[in-house]
Amino acid sequence: MAKNKKTVRLISRTALLLILAAIMIYAITSKDKVKVLAEGDTAPDFELIDLEGNKHQLSDYKGQGVFLNFWGTWCPPCKKEMPHMEDLYKEFEAKGVHILTVNVGEPKVKIELFRDDMNLSFPMLWDKNKTVMDLYNIKPLPTTFLINPEGKITKVIKQGMTEQQIYEYLESIQPK
Amino acid sequence: MSKIKCQCGHENPYGTELCEKCGRPLSEKAKKSDIVDMRYEGSSRRSQTYKSSIVDKIWNFFSSVKIGVSIIAAVLIASAIGTIFPQKFYVPATTPEGYLEYYERLYGTVGKLYYELGFYDMYNSWWFKVLVGMLATSIIIASIDRVIPLYKSLKKQRTRRHPSFMKRQRIFGEGDVRNTKESLAKAEEKLKAMRYNVKTENGAILAEKNRFSRWGPYVNHVGLIIFISGVLLRGIPGFYVDEAMWLREGETRNIVGAPGYVLENKKFTLENYTKEEAEEVFGEALDKNGMIAKSYTTDVTLYKQDEGALPGSESLKKVKDYAINVNKPLKFDGYNVFQMDYKLDELKNMTFHLVNKSSEESLGEFTVNLSDPAKVYDLGNGSTVNMLGFYPDYDGIKDGEPYSKSPVPNNPAFIFQMNTPDKPEGEKSFVAIRQTLEVEENDYAIKFAAAETRNISGLTIRKDKTLYILLLGGLVFMIGVIQGMYWQHRRVWIQEDTEGHLLIAAHTNKNWFSLRKELDTLRETADLPAYIDRQDPELDKPEQEGDEEIWT
Repeated sequence: MAKNKKTVRLISRTALLLILAAIMIYAITSKDKVKVLAEGDTAPDFELIDLEGNKHQLSDYKGQGVFLNFWGTWCPPCKKEMPHMEDLYKEFEAKGVHILTVNVGEPKVKIELFRDDMNLSFPMLWDKNKTVMDLYNIKPLPTTFLINPEGKITKVIKQGMTEQQIYEYLESIQPK
Repeated sequence: MSKIKCQCGHENPYGTELCEKCGRPLSEKAKKSDIVDMRYEGSSRRSQTYKSSIVDKIWNFFSSVKIGVSIIAAVLIASAIGTIFPQKFYVPATTPEGYLEYYERLYGTVGKLYYELGFYDMYNSWWFKVLVGMLATSIIIASIDRVIPLYKSLKKQRTRRHPSFMKRQRIFGEGDVRNTKESLAKAEEKLKAMRYNVKTENGAILAEKNRFSRWGPYVNHVGLIIFISGVLLRGIPGFYVDEAMWLREGETRNIVGAPGYVLENKKFTLENYTKEEAEEVFGEALDKNGMIAKSYTTDVTLYKQDEGALPGSESLKKVKDYAINVNKPLKFDGYNVFQMDYKLDELKNMTFHLVNKSSEESLGEFTVNLSDPAKVYDLGNGSTVNMLGFYPDYDGIKDGEPYSKSPVPNNPAFIFQMNTPDKPEGEKSFVAIRQTLEVEENDYAIKFAAAETRNISGLTIRKDKTLYILLLGGLVFMIGVIQGMYWQHRRVWIQEDTEGHLLIAAHTNKNWFSLRKELDTLRETADLPAYIDRQDPELDKPEQEGDEEIWT
């Protein structure tokens, strides 16, 4: 009887202390009030139109890799990596990896002029209301998300990339 | 650890000071004392007794009032230190070097130390959060450790107490009365009239009132815990939003922090007091200060995405039009959008003329909407102007190309192609503010004619689902305080001992004066022995009648 009571006491005290410790650890580690997407998270679905008015829905690309690049025309590193992406676009399209770029709310004509100037052929999605930019919590430009065929984010790159890096990233999300 | 068996037959938990049932002193300390320590009814606080495992040791640590007070002091001191210099949030810097530079420049070495010790972001630091967490733990454990034994012993208390318990009470009296039975009966009646709960047990009375007052501190602690949980919930996404955004007139934008909602800024108006309406009272003040703002208003339209529509889709439904004014926020779905800031006069439209340089004759004008320029402007007389390049924030030539340092139209520049009936193949011209560049001499030029500006509203988006939790916590806290402060738990014991003497004892958790007054009223009705307050003997009133020599 006494032994039994002692066990109950030990278990209840341990449980309470563990719960309190867990809450404390949660409070310390959860720094951001907005959920910041990290590697391993499922990429939130969205739907945007490109400059031609075609709808693109992220979940339509399930089973294939998506290289999701957020950019603006005024950002020099964005401009620098665009030709590299263009060079690799066709090759990886055939391998099941899609390059999608999202412009963060600039005037449409401005994007069109940029595209024509740079001779870019990959889809340029237009995030007119900055909804997807907020959804992906984009701070610096360019920011690139690598999304694998399962729809999970495998890497977040918050800087410009070289052609070699882009090649390796595209390869990393190629469906097997 | 065995139980303590009292002479009355009741088994008490190890560590008990006074028998839960009859009140006999059990510990050596209680046996030796003149007045027993009635805190927690002399019950066994678990923490004081079990010290076997590590869990028990941690438990005992948090159960200690001394530790609790130390934690409170630490939280207070840390919070106070956090107010000495501005916190990170209010510092106009973004990088660690920027912060360091700021504190060092303004506050010298102390400022540098303040930054390096992490005090500049006190309330978000891990150790401050740990301190608050320890405080919550201490409150919970110390309360559990005390309220359970207290509840048990108050529940188990017997009406007839052992004389040794009676004799050790602060208020005690002993003596013979003419008719014991009659005295007891009268006392019972009077105590009931004084709204005591009276229990009797052959020749013994226990009168008790306001026991609930003893739970006040614990109710108070529950309130505190609710409050702390509310604050904690703010860290969980969806419970608390405090964001800011700029919205230009004519711009439609996703509302930061409120997914699924889109806001369009129709117009921002800054209204100043006019001389006429202010003359009477504030005319003088207006003369002195120039403009004084009367109101800041943003006319907006709120849109909501259709149910189930994906973020980014165009399927928006209009919710409402609203004029956001200071202190009159736009309210929807738990969110409040406040008017917070503004910027006036950003370029919106620019109007140009296409001019023949030699004749200075205009071939027509066209207006460029800077937030949505067109590719071709048809002037209607066979002339068109094509937009070849648009640089909203032109900042010189970089790598042989015009460069725009931001998407904001602070300093717009364009490359236009002018197609005229004379020059159907077109002429190119670079046009910036107060600057025109031509690759080769052109016959036509684009001349700036007029500009229109627009305003920008600074809006704050707030949502606080924890507000009601905090309110509830505060309310429970106050109920606990009132419960414990405005009522006192009073008990009066009267009993006939084995030799036929009448014993009287009383206890209260506070306000002994009122208890004595009640006893005096009681003695006016019932014939009871005189009592003495042994902590305040000098306060004893001389007019008390009865057998007093027992005290001498």
